[in-house]
Amino acid sequence: MSVAVVFLPLLGFAIAGMMALSTPADAESRARLDRAAQWVTCGAMVLSGLFAVAVFYDVVVLGNVGTVVLFTWIDSGALEVSWALKLDTLSAVMMMTVSVVAALIHIYSVGYMHHDPGVPRFMAYLNLFTFFMLMLVTSDNLVQLYFGWEGVGLVSYLLIGFWYDRPSANAAAIKAFVVNRVGDFGFALGIFATYMLFETVHLDTIFSAAAGKSDAVIQVFGGEFHALTVICLLLFVGAMGKSAQLGLHTWLPDAMEGPTPVSALIHAATMVTAGVFMVARLSPLFEFSDVALAVVTIVGASTAIFAATVACVQNDIKRVIAYSTMSQLGYMFFALGVSAYSAGIFHLMTHAYFKALLFLGAGSVIHAMSDEQDMRKMGGIWRMIPVTYVLMWIGSLALAGIWPFAGFFSKDIIIEAAYAAGTGLGQYAFWVGVVAAFLTAFYSWRLLLMTFHGAPRADDAVMAHVHESPKVMIIPLLGLAAGACFAGYVAYEALVGEGAVDFWGNAILVLPEHPALADAHHVPAWVKYLPLAVGVAGIGLAYVMYWLAPGLPATVAGRFQAVYRFLVHKWYFDELYDFLFVRPAFVLGRGFWKSGDGALIDGVGPDGIAAATVNLARRAARLQSGYLYHYAFAMLIGVAALITWYLFRHSG
Amino acid sequence: MDNFPLLSLITFLPLVGAGFILLVRGEDEVVKRNARSVALWTSLITFLLSILLWINFDTTTAAFQFEERAGWIPAFNISYHLGVDGISMLFVLLTTLLTPVCVLASWESITGRVKEYMVAFLVMETMMVGMFSSLDILVFYVFFEGTLLPMFLIIGVWGGPNRVYAAFKFFLYTLAGSVLMLLAILAMYYAAGTTDMPALMAHRFAPAMQTWLWLAFFASFAVKVPMWPFHTWLPDAHVEAPTAGSVILAGVLLKFGAYGFLRFSLPMFPDASVQFTPFIFSLSIVAVIYTSLVALAQEDMKKLIAYSSVAHMGFVTVGTFTLTLQGIEGAIYQMLSHGVVSAALFLIVGVVYDRMHSRDIATYGGLVHRMPAYALAFMLFMLASVGLPGTGGFIGEFLVLVGAFQVNTWVAALTAIGVILGAVYMLYLYRRVIFGKLTKDSLKDIFDLSPREVAVFAPLVVVVLWMGIYPVPFLDVMDASVVNLIDRFEAARAVTATLAGR
Repeated sequence: MSVAVVFLPLLGFAIAGMMALSTPADAESRARLDRAAQWVTCGAMVLSGLFAVAVFYDVVVLGNVGTVVLFTWIDSGALEVSWALKLDTLSAVMMMTVSVVAALIHIYSVGYMHHDPGVPRFMAYLNLFTFFMLMLVTSDNLVQLYFGWEGVGLVSYLLIGFWYDRPSANAAAIKAFVVNRVGDFGFALGIFATYMLFETVHLDTIFSAAAGKSDAVIQVFGGEFHALTVICLLLFVGAMGKSAQLGLHTWLPDAMEGPTPVSALIHAATMVTAGVFMVARLSPLFEFSDVALAVVTIVGASTAIFAATVACVQNDIKRVIAYSTMSQLGYMFFALGVSAYSAGIFHLMTHAYFKALLFLGAGSVIHAMSDEQDMRKMGGIWRMIPVTYVLMWIGSLALAGIWPFAGFFSKDIIIEAAYAAGTGLGQYAFWVGVVAAFLTAFYSWRLLLMTFHGAPRADDAVMAHVHESPKVMIIPLLGLAAGACFAGYVAYEALVGEGAVDFWGNAILVLPEHPALADAHHVPAWVKYLPLAVGVAGIGLAYVMYWLAPGLPATVAGRFQAVYRFLVHKWYFDELYDFLFVRPAFVLGRGFWKSGDGALIDGVGPDGIAAATVNLARRAARLQSGYLYHYAFAMLIGVAALITWYLFRHSG
Repeated sequence: MDNFPLLSLITFLPLVGAGFILLVRGEDEVVKRNARSVALWTSLITFLLSILLWINFDTTTAAFQFEERAGWIPAFNISYHLGVDGISMLFVLLTTLLTPVCVLASWESITGRVKEYMVAFLVMETMMVGMFSSLDILVFYVFFEGTLLPMFLIIGVWGGPNRVYAAFKFFLYTLAGSVLMLLAILAMYYAAGTTDMPALMAHRFAPAMQTWLWLAFFASFAVKVPMWPFHTWLPDAHVEAPTAGSVILAGVLLKFGAYGFLRFSLPMFPDASVQFTPFIFSLSIVAVIYTSLVALAQEDMKKLIAYSSVAHMGFVTVGTFTLTLQGIEGAIYQMLSHGVVSAALFLIVGVVYDRMHSRDIATYGGLVHRMPAYALAFMLFMLASVGLPGTGGFIGEFLVLVGAFQVNTWVAALTAIGVILGAVYMLYLYRRVIFGKLTKDSLKDIFDLSPREVAVFAPLVVVVLWMGIYPVPFLDVMDASVVNLIDRFEAARAVTATLAGR
């Protein structure tokens, strides 16, 4: 059954992919082909989703944890890797979240992409993505994890560049792949270090040996370091890339070049949470390295606040949500950093629902506005698309953490856990989390008000065309909205409440020294209510600035121009990287080519020797110039030089 | 089966085919047609025979198999001695797989001197197979040098506008190296009294002499690999060579160097190999980073892929000299997969070159609109080239880096930068050629892959995915031999250590 969950999407990809390659003769057969591709891929995904629910029941309720080994992948000495599906609570939760959200997004895509000439290709990519994501979450070893990891990165690249006529989409696609590769560089080194320490990459074996290696040291990069810290930090670099954490985040906003369902599926609900999943999965390693956990906390908290500040000044509706995603991922990471792994996964799950809802809702708006994404050109449309409007409200309420929506439960437990951690870093994360919660509420309502309210700022042609989305798009949104409303309340007890220990079983390890999550239930009342209070305040501020006094934002931006520019330029990360890496790479490449290969190596080497021998030959013997002579001379000189060198070396 | 000279048959069947082609007489068109068919059938039958080699290969032993021995120059104790082990066997298959692909790829693009062209390729195949399966160092040398001539002609006769310069650069570079190797071979013969390779592997050369011999072999192999800074002949040769010439050059000839390190340098000169390991690592790291950056700046598709080959071969030399099981298996695997992938990428360039007669990246753009199947094939091989898990390119790079990390973390980390840069230059190439709007008028009527071209790529696609998803059959073949190589290496080092301690 678990095999079906994972491989049905691959099958769907293969079939739809073949359809994408065929060139239909006329419009009618093209439409038929599109329809068939949609049925195949959505069918595969819905079945996979249903099976995933069944697997969840089987694993979590009936307790049938275990591993399905398919066949050997790599076998080289002690390095043995199998294709396998690991089934425990963590992978079951992830499988269900991924499959169900993916199925809803597949269905939505049928409506969203119906104009597009590349429907079969698009649907095939979505299926392929889900396959890689499922391989990632069910992997029982680090190398298969890496396979899924790079695989989702590949499909992300393909989907960001889906509209390959646009130069900006192509650039964004390459950027996403390369920045992720930088992260994967760390991930790969982490795998090598793991293999060096444990002589295996099999997760269960590593986990059972981890406690015994908690004091081990490892010789790397010319020094001796605490082994598990080195491993965890290297692997975390991979997580930072995939989950767009500060430093390796620059690709995520640009990834919004892809079609909106892609943004929802890959860049909000599933792929970007892979880093969170990875750290939770490797909790038996991270638990033994306080340094690594501290780094996770710092990076997560800093990302949460960084992205929230930038989100407040963006004007592209999808970019606001993209930065919001980064910020929420930051929350998840600092939850992991204070050892509240299950809280991180809980927020991952609720976030998957409400963020997918927000993205798809934004897609519905964009669809209605004739592909306009700039919020400055929207406004005054809430009566025209009431269902979308209500759904966006639900998503925003969940995101802002307003009771009783899903985000309230998951974000609160994270902030409380940070407080309860009782460490300096925990305090940092706590206060950052509170401020970011304020900003989250603010930018969410800024988005709602700019998009739906006020005077219409689009031209008449666009306004005349504004329409509610078709049923096939609205129905999946209702499913996601249900998740955004109830997932928090329903899952709270099991995932992070009293039943959490039984629920997670062996899937997550928390040492007794790290009781932040258990203590989170006993924090002072002000800590419990503060996030909700600042959320309401943030909403209030948004109403003041974008409803009561619409001139205020411009005044504020004018008054604090330096700050405003700093935020609009996203803290200048892109400019910095361009200056540090992109330009030098091209300059160096050209320099090495022209001066290194051309002038130096060829000039001194073959061409130089050839020229010199021509000269010599002419002068010495006035023989005919022929290549054989050049060669003979070159060879003699070579031999002579070598012998000289050899003699000198041994006489000296 | 025991006494059946299968290896000799595989080695010399192409030569027989070449003889047949030479006998073909008649009208021009008929001659061309017959030359093509004979070449294709000969190479296909050779390939099928080589599959027998794999089927009957015993993966449990490190000994040489399918051995054949006949006296050649008994007075000097030189004999015709063939055999394969887990290190060489798969290279024979790589050669016999790529030759029919080359013949098929040249079907329409070569129109002048077809007869001679096909003869050159079949002779080439004999030389390559012979090189991988010879067990006498003089026989090896004959085959090794024998590849030079047909390749020289392929570049010099059927190449591009600057073919003469490129052909001579190729010829002189490689010959300069191999003459030094010949001197070393003579020295070895005088020291050990035999040219038999298994006997030479068992012979202990004095450490001082090892250094000398190692360097002489290095001169030859480093040019072939090619290692930085002996690589500049490669881009020129590739750019000027006809497509199939590039395929053989990148697919098989480049493997001679690293194969030589595995076959001669490591087992015969273990002390010198240890001594020179830092040197090899340094050159390899420079090769990986330097040529990756150079590849990024290229404007010519073939040059770009040629430089990427240098970078990928840098992984191979790193892996070889880690002297760990994963490192060496990774190096061999990387050679095999690079053999298929780089060959495929040169074929990919050849497809559009045949249509547009330009290798400039700027000539193209937006090809996906007219050539979706081509775009897909290109995508797959590009991903294999950047080492995406699930393709053959990943396994080799990964194992090499696993091995390197155990030996020296800096080497592993610096080499792994090549994985990032590889993605940059390949994706950037793909974007410029395939993506974007199709704006150029000259490309408006370009047509997608023909059935013949699909037949060329299909086997390569299958192999690339197979090598990525289920590499076990390949790794099984090499395992025993690589373990044996490392064991003997360590034993030899132990002896040196005892002698030095005394």
